[in-house]
Amino acid sequence: MTIDEHSSTRVTDWATDFDHTDPTWAADPYPIWDELRSTCPVAHSERYGGVWLPTRHQEIAEIAYDTDLFSSQSILVNETRPLTPAPMGIAPPISSDPPFHQGARRLLLPAFTPRAISLIEPFTRAYCEKLVEELRGQDTVDAAQAYSQHIPVRVIAEMLGFPHKDADDFRRFVTHVIEHVDAPEEERFEGFMELFNYLQAQIDDHIENPRDDLTSYLLAAEMDGEPLDPDHVIGTIALLLLAGIDTTWSAIGASIWHLADHPEDRARLVADPSLIPTAIEEFLRAYAPVTMARLVKDDMEWNGCPMKKDDWVLLPFPSANRDPEMFDDADQVIIDREVNRHAAFGLGIHRCAGSHLARMELRVALEVWLAAFPEFSLADPDSVTWSGGQVRGPRSLPLTIG
Amino acid sequence: MRVHVDREKCVGHGRCYALAPQVFEPDDLGNAEEIGDGSVPPELEAKARLAAANCPEMAVIITDDNATDDNATDDAGATTA
Repeated sequence: MTIDEHSSTRVTDWATDFDHTDPTWAADPYPIWDELRSTCPVAHSERYGGVWLPTRHQEIAEIAYDTDLFSSQSILVNETRPLTPAPMGIAPPISSDPPFHQGARRLLLPAFTPRAISLIEPFTRAYCEKLVEELRGQDTVDAAQAYSQHIPVRVIAEMLGFPHKDADDFRRFVTHVIEHVDAPEEERFEGFMELFNYLQAQIDDHIENPRDDLTSYLLAAEMDGEPLDPDHVIGTIALLLLAGIDTTWSAIGASIWHLADHPEDRARLVADPSLIPTAIEEFLRAYAPVTMARLVKDDMEWNGCPMKKDDWVLLPFPSANRDPEMFDDADQVIIDREVNRHAAFGLGIHRCAGSHLARMELRVALEVWLAAFPEFSLADPDSVTWSGGQVRGPRSLPLTIG
Repeated sequence: MRVHVDREKCVGHGRCYALAPQVFEPDDLGNAEEIGDGSVPPELEAKARLAAANCPEMAVIITDDNATDDNATDDAGATTA
């Protein structure tokens, strides 16, 4: 049996043969993680050339913190190992290890502080309001496809200074790179080439016509007194374009999905929008979209597990967020939860650089949606579909809003 | 009460300065610092404890004025094991 054939077969034993792209995982991964947490806290699968799956907060945190034993050089589990050499990786700083990582991250962070992000909030709000205006008067709308997915695409295009009309292309790049990890190697390569050719054209335009946006900021940025390597610039722009779209779309969609199915929570947020910032932390905990990955650097025994060099390790932060050792009533969604050390944006030095942007988009998206549609419900619970793999969120979410 | 952000642990989640902006502030990278010398007036103690209890990295250290160093707590830790 080839690797490709093996990966396409359905999972029957999650402790020894799991596959994070299996439809059962996409539809509802929580029972899988709950079971593993108590029976087999670090599971293993031969798929993708070898993958480990910790499900408790403790081990997930330990691996996220241990950049000596675990590398970030590739963070999307697939059939191939990274083609781009260390230390930078394909999309710095997410794919970089220390010490290169620190400089690559430091130059990016000033553009993503809460204060910097607050400057893009009026644009985000105006765009969300335009979207809901287009939906008004309809009985049934797909909140994933007609609302959630557009918001992060438009906002990052604005920040990077890319044409808004290319939004459909961005979504195609994202789907290809992040959701189609089980595609054949040649097809994945072609998708990456299309993305990088597009980005190069945008970069060339910014070199000719510098302006006040993130692309020109990166082109002018220096690390250790030197301009950035062209591969560094294009890799970071690819990261900014890809990392914030699928993820934030998923978080907005999952939050709206929860509220469609929990009228009491919805009524509470409509009556008291000042609770929204607290509620979104709980949505981020309970429905964290992102599972990260690491590569094992060298053969070793780790917590009793015989790990081999270049084995993958999945870091399911949404599972860490449901660990009863870490959270009271971990399986309950409590929108005014006070103590909430969730790991939706990761832990340690790779904490999501866009977390303040994601939070702003999620808050504004919910504020605008709830103000426009205080009453809504699932039009057909069975027709809701979820993306699988490492970014999980609703991809079809038909709601009755009329 | 006094607070201190452990700069080795803080990676800029920003929960503390979002929940207690009178006690914590972001630096130019979005990482957190205690404001001034970290002393917390009584009326802000609850907010400071809430901020500490929401740090994913356990980076906020609270010292109670009447506690010895041995009794310093690293959080308001209602749920951590």
